[in-house]
Amino acid sequence: MAAYKKTLITPALVALALCGAAAHSPRPQAGTSPHRIISVIPAATEILFALGAGPQVIAVGSFDTFPPEVNKLPKVGALLDPDVERILSLRPDLVVVYATQAELKQQLQRAGIAIYDYKHAGLADVTSTIRALGDATGHAARATELAGSIERDLEGIRARVTGRPAPRTLLVFGHERGALRGIYASGGVGFLDDMLAIAGGANVFADVKQQAVQASTEQIIARKPDVILEIRAASGASAADQQAEARVWNGLGSLPAVRTHRVMSLIDDRLVIPGPRVAEGTRLIAQALHPDAFK
Amino acid sequence: MTVGARVARTVTAFGILAGATVLLAPLVGSTSISLRRVFDFSIPFRDNADAQIFFVARLPRTLGGAWVGACLASAGVVFQGLLRNPLATPFTLGVSAGAALGAMLAITFDWSLTRFGIPAVPAAAFAGSLVAVAIVYALAQARHRGLSTSVLLLAGVTLNAFLSALILFVQYFADFADTYRTLRWLMGDLDVSSYQPLLAALPLGVIAFAAFAWLARPLNLLSLGPDSAESRGLNVAFAQRAAFFSASLATGAAVSVGGPIGFVGIVIPHLVRLLVGPDHRLVLPASALFGAAFLVGCDLLARTLLAPVELPVGIITALIGGPFFLWLLIKKR
Repeated sequence: MAAYKKTLITPALVALALCGAAAHSPRPQAGTSPHRIISVIPAATEILFALGAGPQVIAVGSFDTFPPEVNKLPKVGALLDPDVERILSLRPDLVVVYATQAELKQQLQRAGIAIYDYKHAGLADVTSTIRALGDATGHAARATELAGSIERDLEGIRARVTGRPAPRTLLVFGHERGALRGIYASGGVGFLDDMLAIAGGANVFADVKQQAVQASTEQIIARKPDVILEIRAASGASAADQQAEARVWNGLGSLPAVRTHRVMSLIDDRLVIPGPRVAEGTRLIAQALHPDAFK
Repeated sequence: MTVGARVARTVTAFGILAGATVLLAPLVGSTSISLRRVFDFSIPFRDNADAQIFFVARLPRTLGGAWVGACLASAGVVFQGLLRNPLATPFTLGVSAGAALGAMLAITFDWSLTRFGIPAVPAAAFAGSLVAVAIVYALAQARHRGLSTSVLLLAGVTLNAFLSALILFVQYFADFADTYRTLRWLMGDLDVSSYQPLLAALPLGVIAFAAFAWLARPLNLLSLGPDSAESRGLNVAFAQRAAFFSASLATGAAVSVGGPIGFVGIVIPHLVRLLVGPDHRLVLPASALFGAAFLVGCDLLARTLLAPVELPVGIITALIGGPFFLWLLIKKR
């Protein structure tokens, strides 16, 4: 049941992304670089591989799928069910954990294993996490380079859409199949809200300072989105299914977004994992919102 | 005063309460709308956000709340009468756990019936409730010629526990987003956003309420015990089956629309009995009407207290219903 309570207070977005950015106190001591790293968070795993620390990674979380190399590594559980015994038996010298994994952290600390405390936050935290993880794993130079290139890419996207009117956008991360119920949308904080802002969209739920908002029908109608952008992690859903899903919005036929046929769905892992590919994800959003700017 | 006059007076009183709640609830919400604009038909509907909020968001939601509340409260009365147990609820016999398992499976495995124009989650929830009803009924029927209420109760409680374990099992393998969604489903939600779910559930409700209307007298007789009821000319086995199936049907239909919203089915019947006495001819219609008003009121709080954010309605009913029920329990001793 403890797992349940945790999920309850964990915003849906964290649940969706299962990952985090925001660095908190890298623990490993200076001098020796860790060479047996375990990360149970997809975004952190991606960062480690992008930094060139891939060969130092010995195990990953059960939801990690990128880069493809991780599929060959042992999987040791995830946010709610880390396999502590397995992790300890692999004798890691650095474990990247999520900030809420208190039990795992205690056990690792008792075993004298260095941890890197991770928390999911805004877009700026992605690059600061990259730098911090670079320092912690002995890849500081590559980290500076990578973080710099992400920042430049984001600035480039921002520059392209600057000056264009920002459409009022409802960024949806999911609703019940075949019905406009249980709609979750991005609120005014978090990396998705930041990505939307850079991509030249105005979040209709910007005033709600939560990462995930359960959007009621009334609020959606009242906020009159010009664009509805449904984002989802890559899945096996068929094209026909996707089209049928997009049609459920016709139930709110008077919304500007529905009337002007600007209900779009973006299915891509880069949108839900705040790792090194965030700029690519942001570009996807920008292209959807401002197709003319990318011609 | 004759029974007919008392029924008329009770129904009128509770009917006014329910009617007033249903009329007033759509006027309030997380946004402020102008009633004049809502009913200004010179503005095209697609340009009239106030009218859309009223007719697309608030009205179906209020009607849904009223319908679910009426179903759950009267199903509670019938289950309490059938099982002769004041602690029985519409969820005691596993109907809601069956529905929950159906919904869980639909969410976790991402079932889609969209191409057939049917939302998968309510459909799976209703199917799940039917399976649970069939299992409990088969068990209670197995070793008795009639329906054994004690076996019914034990089988129901056990099935509840078993299905809950299956729910946890399914959830454990779901990914986090799905786990969150299923958990949210369990807290109840009446934001139906169209009239379709209500129309789909309506025929089931009509059948169930027709049965409830007939059941008032049989339930009065059953409260004396099956033997006395039999000796007074009641076909006990038939009445029990009718009660079991109609109350289960109402519960399954209500849960598939709004999720397993707790406490309505236990608090409302007891409160109504305190007000009008134990006669089911009064308790049944009064509970249906009061349940409707109660749930519409709770949902009003759910959608306005933290606006623009929503609170799950099941949390409100439990927060109000729980302490109230405990107070009732102590007071009755």
